[in-house]
Amino acid sequence: MTNESLQSLISSWITELEFSEEGSQYLTITVDKDNFYDLMVQLKANSETQFDYLFCLTGVDWGEELGVVYHLESTSLRHSVVVKVKTSDREDPKLDSVWDIWRTAEFHEREVYDFFGITFSNHPNLKRIFLTDEWDGYPLRKDYVDEINMVIK
Amino acid sequence: METTKIGTDFKSEEYFINMGPQHPATHGVLRLLLTIDGEIIKKVEPDLGYIHRSIEKMCERDSYQQIVHLTDRMDYLSSHINNEAVCLTVEKALELEVTDRIKVIRTIIGELTRIASHCLWWGVMGMDVGALTTYFYGFRDREMINDIFEETCGARLTMNYNVPGGLMFDIHPNFVKRVKDFVAHFKTKIPEYDRLLTGNIIFQKRTKGVGILTKEDAISFGASGPVGRASGYSCDVRKHHPYSALDKVSFNEALLTEGDTFARYQVRIQEMWESLSIIEQLIDNIPEGDFRVPTNAVIKLPKGEFYQKVETARGELGVYIISTGTKNPYRMKFRSPGFSNLSLLNHIAVGGKIGDLVAIMATLDLVIPDIDR
Repeated sequence: MTNESLQSLISSWITELEFSEEGSQYLTITVDKDNFYDLMVQLKANSETQFDYLFCLTGVDWGEELGVVYHLESTSLRHSVVVKVKTSDREDPKLDSVWDIWRTAEFHEREVYDFFGITFSNHPNLKRIFLTDEWDGYPLRKDYVDEINMVIK
Repeated sequence: METTKIGTDFKSEEYFINMGPQHPATHGVLRLLLTIDGEIIKKVEPDLGYIHRSIEKMCERDSYQQIVHLTDRMDYLSSHINNEAVCLTVEKALELEVTDRIKVIRTIIGELTRIASHCLWWGVMGMDVGALTTYFYGFRDREMINDIFEETCGARLTMNYNVPGGLMFDIHPNFVKRVKDFVAHFKTKIPEYDRLLTGNIIFQKRTKGVGILTKEDAISFGASGPVGRASGYSCDVRKHHPYSALDKVSFNEALLTEGDTFARYQVRIQEMWESLSIIEQLIDNIPEGDFRVPTNAVIKLPKGEFYQKVETARGELGVYIISTGTKNPYRMKFRSPGFSNLSLLNHIAVGGKIGDLVAIMATLDLVIPDIDR
């Protein structure tokens, strides 16, 4: 499916979506966190999209906002799309988990929780995956400070 | 602490043991928390992070040339391919077209890396299931490839041969001859591998029907590389998203449908044949040209997001760069094949025995620095 037809199909499900192709090789959809889970279920289940392969799940600190970028591909139809979801609550960021749609998200969301402090509701086993439980702070956030272990030029 | 929490989950006759982090079958510092009932596995929970170096955070500090050097500390058995992945992403962002010579050399080196990695895997696979001899056979052949690499770029493990814009040096004058010698040598050795291990009845009993992964689960868990292909899931990045000179060669994607440990073993053996065939198609016709396209001393990527996937010996490695137009990435993510392949371990090992777990882990071919990054 071409990016244009993907865009017209997906925008017919949920109205408040933002589409962009600028500065990226993939069609990028930005969705607010309330519609996020419904969109992801549709992307996997719809027979015309069939995004069954979540090949990359990345946590990002955009400064004001924290969020997650999902790279999706369909293994049968061979088209790709990127979904971005953001939250401006840096104190207690909460997003929906997609582990029940793509099982690979279970580990990747734990990694995002570990390094960005984003909690995923409905995640079966949300705890730190690399760092120790008593670790203070979330190292991949831009405002993380560690004067002992971090070498800053 | 971890242990007390699991201790409260005890059911009758179930108990918990540690496997690793210093266990010979985990090949590195991977710790598995096993809940077992007798010898039957009820739950496998990996405990990671023993060698996490936070490469992604270091990347935000480094220039793009420096980042290449960090990547061969991830999957150190595929270091050429890891380096290539970063270089391809940077070149894609800069819209820099490299010469055919660079593309062909990168592809040959990449396939040699794959064979070297599979040789080591084959050696330790046999060792894990109790056939120590294979280790020496595998290392004997891997040594020949390492010698070629040493002559070409001076290194045997952390190569740093690929740089943004091309290669660090041109190939050594002996390169073509030595690669041809190796191909001729190795063609007589894969049948030897088969005679020694593949047909062995004890080996087959240890691996057939063990740790079955269905195609649907393989896709859902994000399995890639030989792990996915053994389940009938066509996931070879070299086929679906060809890079460098891979669109100019013909090769078969090794695909099997059984999804068990023996199928994952056979896929890797087949892949060695395919890699040999790719090298043979390219080695006689390395085009003339520059081995390096000039770039600025300080590389600044344009504003935007760039993604590149490559097929390492373990599966799909993705490099994701978010750039704000400065000389450092704003965010850099490595989607490592080992991390996703490890996540399905609990799914396929439950219900089996501890001995099966060792065989399964051997065919997942985990490299722990690739998982921990």
